[in-house]
Amino acid sequence: MADRTVSAFRMSAISVNFGGIAALDDVSLEVAPNQVLGVIGPNGAGKTTLFNVACGFIQPDAGALTWRDRELRRLKPHQLAGLGIGRTLQGLGLFDRMTVLENVVVGADRHARAGFFAGMLGLRRSAREEHDLRERAMALLDELGAATYAGQLPPSLPYPVRKRVALARALVSEPDLLLLDEPAAGLSGDDMAELGELIKGLSQRMSVMLVEHHMDLVMSVCDHIVVLDFGKNIASGPPAQVKEDPAVLAAYLGDEVEHDRPATTRS
Amino acid sequence: MTTFAQRLWSSTLARHLLLAGLGLVAVALVLESTSAFRNGQFAVMAYMGIAAGGLTVLTGLNGQLSLGHGAFMAIGAYTTALLLSDRDGAPPLLVALLVATVVTLVIGAGVGVAAARLHGPYIAGATLALAIAVPGIARYFQDTLGGEQGLTVVVPDIPGWFADTAYFITANDVSTSKYVAYVGWISLIVTYVLLANLSRSRVGRTWRAVRDNDVAAEIAGINLGRARVLAFVVSTACAGLAGAVLALAVRLAAPSGFMLTLSLALLSAVVLGGLGSLTGALIGAALLTFLPQVVTGVGLDAGLSDLQAAELAPLVYGLTTILVVILAPAGIVGTARIAWRRRRS
Ligand SMILES: Nc1ncnc2c1ncn2[C@@H]1O[C@H](COP(=O)(O)OP(=O)(O)O)[C@@H](O)[C@H]1O
Ligand SMILES: [Mg+2]
Repeated sequence: MADRTVSAFRMSAISVNFGGIAALDDVSLEVAPNQVLGVIGPNGAGKTTLFNVACGFIQPDAGALTWRDRELRRLKPHQLAGLGIGRTLQGLGLFDRMTVLENVVVGADRHARAGFFAGMLGLRRSAREEHDLRERAMALLDELGAATYAGQLPPSLPYPVRKRVALARALVSEPDLLLLDEPAAGLSGDDMAELGELIKGLSQRMSVMLVEHHMDLVMSVCDHIVVLDFGKNIASGPPAQVKEDPAVLAAYLGDEVEHDRPATTRS
Repeated sequence: MTTFAQRLWSSTLARHLLLAGLGLVAVALVLESTSAFRNGQFAVMAYMGIAAGGLTVLTGLNGQLSLGHGAFMAIGAYTTALLLSDRDGAPPLLVALLVATVVTLVIGAGVGVAAARLHGPYIAGATLALAIAVPGIARYFQDTLGGEQGLTVVVPDIPGWFADTAYFITANDVSTSKYVAYVGWISLIVTYVLLANLSRSRVGRTWRAVRDNDVAAEIAGINLGRARVLAFVVSTACAGLAGAVLALAVRLAAPSGFMLTLSLALLSAVVLGGLGSLTGALIGAALLTFLPQVVTGVGLDAGLSDLQAAELAPLVYGLTTILVVILAPAGIVGTARIAWRRRRS
């Protein structure tokens, strides 16, 4: 895609208040093309809120989103895919009564063209498209090493496999920007290392914004890191620089004595 | 190497059409070898099957509950009765069936738009209200809808080409009740082919995704409201067609035919057969049609009065449905499928 090289995802001066509490206060960031951007911060810092603003689940009280040099206003969640923005859900959100393959095919829906009547009449156009989408989904499952599970239902599969299925479903739509919500949650060391390699590889095809509190993962895969604390952007820069930043160290030391902080929620 | 037969079978449309053809042959064999009384019962099974097929798509594939499908059948039945009331000026039967379907579908779209904004229990409540209100409305319009007595339905004359073709194939003359049974079953087969195609297409996949996880479906780019309204529209169109066939089979569209029990019976047929399965819907419709007779017969043999025996059937349904929900929530077809999978693995 020609515009891939010039498109960046920008969040400018975003503020979100939850009745008095400033969950986000004037936060700006930019995900450059083919960049992996990490958002980190202690619990309650506003990471999830930022993520939800990025994908249109929360309308910010102030600030703007820009994607492909156009401002995104009043974005509805179902419009995201069509704009080339993919995301994963923290709870995976797989379709439990559909096979793994079907789960992934749903992810490719934005590339489907067949309409209602073509489907109802079983026109060849519709049948051929179904076949293509299945092949596409299968190729992606293969790439993520989950092809053997194609015919199974998600609830019967181990967690790391389900995680791959969820990732395959987000990737099959071939997004230009992928938003990942705590992808390492619930993974053990080996699986996490594999995930890291995978995310690094993705940056050749798309931009990635990663919200995560596993420091090691963020430090190893991200090109650029944004650190939040109490809804404010307290530091940003390449991993090596952020790691040494006194404000970041202070915020994370503060996190050790979390019960001293005002009401926070984990998510 | 794949044979021609294998290739044919792997094409969804060809497979559905082949099954439809076999179904039609089976229908003809059954209708030709049974009495006029049984033909009448098969016509009942046909309209129950059409309505249950639509409901199983809505509830089983898209996860929306409707307690008011009997009301949509009423709309189809009354529309048919009105269209056919003047024997000479009536449109061809096919046109009447289509108009009844479309009228119901349009009203269903309105209800569906409202339902898409509501959540589970409220949809159930709204459709329940509909099931209760519609017979009342029919009663209220004494002049156009015939009040409590309802409208008698004029079954159009059997078209010459149909009678001739049937005679040519079966060497039997076609009675009106047999004609209606054929119309019902051809309608059912066409409906089921279209529903089966839909279920295997992008549309069906979208419905199932919305059913299983609406947030994830939305992220994949699916417009939830549109998917839900579409399922509702398809389902009510089936109910409308079912109502039209009912009008022909019963020769009457009256409020007493569309009480809440009809909506509940449809739901129990769908649950008994197995949610989301068209085969299950057909089995459920068969149970709904033939079980009451059997149960009433058993009741009479056991020394109950006519009235008591007649009341036995709904009771047996209710209990069977509750048992199925508790013991085999996947329904008849779903349970069979699970058992089959277990045996193979
Ligand atoms: N829906 C909500 N209603 C009220 N307060 C919220 C809501 N979501 C988050 N918050 C508050 O906003 C702040 C940021 O939360 P969150 O974005 O979940 O942080 P993180 O994901 O970094 O842990 C916290 O103080 C939290 O209590
Ligand atoms: Mg969080």
